[in-house]
Amino acid sequence: MLLKVENLQAQIDEKQILKGLNLEVKAGEVHAIMGPNGAGKSTLASVLAGRDDYEVTAGTVDFDGEDLLELAPDERARKGLFLAFQYPVEIPGVSNKLFMQTALNGVRAEQGLPPLDMFDFDEYAKDKIELLNMRDDLLERSVNVGFSGGEKKRNDIFQMALLAPKLCILDETDSGLDIDALGLVANGINTLRSPDRSFIVVTHYQRLLNYIKPDYVHVLYDGQIVKSGGFELVHELEEFGYDGIIQKHEQAQ
Amino acid sequence: MTDSAQITELNPAGTQSQEIDSLLSKNKNYKEGFVTTTTVETFDKGLDEATVRAISAKKNEPEWMLDFRLKAFHHWLTLEEPHWAKMLYIPLDYQEYSYYSAPECSACDGSTGSVGNEIDPEVAKAFAELGVPLTGEDSNVAVDAIFDSISVSTTKREDLLELGIIFCSFSEAVHDYPELVQKYMGTVVPYHDNFFAALNSAVASDGTFVYIPENVRCPLDLSTYFRINEAKTGQFERTIVVADKGSYVSYLEGCSAPARDTYQLHAAVVEVIVLEDAEVKYSTVQNWYPGDDDCKGGILNFVTKRAICEGKNSKMSWTQAETGSAITWKYPSCILKGDNSIGEFYSVALTNRRQQADTGTKMTHIGKNTSSTIISKGLSAGRSENTYRGLVKILPSAEGARNFTQCDSMLIGDKCGAHTFPYIEVENATAQVEHEATTSRIGDDQLFYCKQRGISEQDAISMIVNGFCKDVLSELPLEFAQETEELLSISLEGSVG
Repeated sequence: MLLKVENLQAQIDEKQILKGLNLEVKAGEVHAIMGPNGAGKSTLASVLAGRDDYEVTAGTVDFDGEDLLELAPDERARKGLFLAFQYPVEIPGVSNKLFMQTALNGVRAEQGLPPLDMFDFDEYAKDKIELLNMRDDLLERSVNVGFSGGEKKRNDIFQMALLAPKLCILDETDSGLDIDALGLVANGINTLRSPDRSFIVVTHYQRLLNYIKPDYVHVLYDGQIVKSGGFELVHELEEFGYDGIIQKHEQAQ
Repeated sequence: MTDSAQITELNPAGTQSQEIDSLLSKNKNYKEGFVTTTTVETFDKGLDEATVRAISAKKNEPEWMLDFRLKAFHHWLTLEEPHWAKMLYIPLDYQEYSYYSAPECSACDGSTGSVGNEIDPEVAKAFAELGVPLTGEDSNVAVDAIFDSISVSTTKREDLLELGIIFCSFSEAVHDYPELVQKYMGTVVPYHDNFFAALNSAVASDGTFVYIPENVRCPLDLSTYFRINEAKTGQFERTIVVADKGSYVSYLEGCSAPARDTYQLHAAVVEVIVLEDAEVKYSTVQNWYPGDDDCKGGILNFVTKRAICEGKNSKMSWTQAETGSAITWKYPSCILKGDNSIGEFYSVALTNRRQQADTGTKMTHIGKNTSSTIISKGLSAGRSENTYRGLVKILPSAEGARNFTQCDSMLIGDKCGAHTFPYIEVENATAQVEHEATTSRIGDDQLFYCKQRGISEQDAISMIVNGFCKDVLSELPLEFAQETEELLSISLEGSVG
């Protein structure tokens, strides 16, 4: 088991968002988390990555045999947890190269590998730049500064490709993407799929899922997973909408 | 036509990362804070006419220099300490400071104290620890090393003199080149210019004198390292740089002082004269001891730096990285008198803890087609206050003048302040003046983004801060730029982990 979330409860500004969430992800699996606005999708992604605006009030998270909640955000990252941001952040004056070389060498140090110098790094980054169809001058440009929305999302997937994490969490990576960018992002993700890499794809819409075909789909509503299933659940949602599933859930209670 | 000043202020309120704040409030690692113990001759504290005469006598000065000092001293007595800057400090008691202190070994020759072979070993050790080469073996830079009130060593003078370049301490220049000193001293910053300039003119200790002759491109960077060691003393550096027609020089200065719990005073005057077709690049890394968390100790830094672009097509460039001092009051300025002359000001000012900085520049456009560029980056952390204050003045004669100003502030934590006072006075309708200003906060978002990629908090802060300052750091000579990057990180260092 790569990730085991049990009875996770979390709040922000004393408002309870996650209300006892359970989730298990094995190595190589792709899980989609869907749900209406305000269900707690992004909160789940943020809590797993360790954003300190959120306070975990109950529950446990085991990540590859370690207590995830005990680790600082940068430790989680170095141990192989990656978050693709809903809104990737701009860092003026810091080149993508400096940023990612520093990040990658941090991860490599954690794995007991020697750091890559600038030449080795360039070589290592080259095919990943092509994979995401990034501009040739990507490494010299400041992190996400002057990038279009689509470029920012692609840059996050590019970073994911560089760091080769064990668990990739994508927080509404598909939002605001045109069809071409969506194709590039999906292609990047599919290329990175492997038996020892897992994905949690948080999304509001099914269109990204049509490209990447998740193994499991979960519907998150009011801080809990109310329904889980295979890819067919995506179609059910298409047909009945969230309302149908939520109504059934509330009737069952 | 006068544009009234646009004033922006930002005092952040409560919600921001406590974590960064606690990180920064820890005692910083000021590695230049060591004290040198050696035999020194220090004047008793206090300042009156006898003190001024005694300093002059100590330096064996000619009559004209003493006259200059006395004139300045009597004028100073009529002035009041200025408090218009956006900072709070208790009026200084000028009788509580000593106005002359020198290591005895070098002082023993009575006048200038700068014979290379006779450096006090303790002083030599101090400079070695600071990484300042006194032997002249380092081939890329010539150094004038100033310890409290005197210059203890000036390297590479003979090599430079072969090219006609004069590079010596100010005290020596008074003896050896009196006609040049008299010709230029006080022409850019007159003794009556302001309170601190008058004080400096009266009790000037030592500094550097540079003269680059016509059409000579100085092959080395010239540099001065200022060290204040004695407690409760003032250092009153007086530096003059003259670039004759068609010449070029890059001049660097560095500063540090021991960590002491009493204030030390630094009131400097720097005058730069740039003649036709000449260019001067003047870079400063100021790392005076900033004092501790409780406002105890630190350097009070009141500096008047001014350049005149006297001739046509001349160019003056100030680059400064200000990370130290409890108080910084400093406005390196350019008087653009020659037609087509260019003035530049690139500044990074970082304040942390209880530091207060009020710094900026004045660009006075007199000649036709003169242009100026101002890039200022202010970083405030801890409980510090950081102010940019600038004046762009276009006189009626300055046909076709241009200015571009960019002024960015970054807040780190939620108890610091950033302020911008850009004054613009335009008296010629053909002028083009642009001003851009931003204030940002080192974002929780940016920090979290870095951390989520596996970058530690300390590295992330240093990366973001250096990125913010990049436009200015790239103007510094390479070694200085690296040193400054490290300095910025150290100045923001908490004790992570």
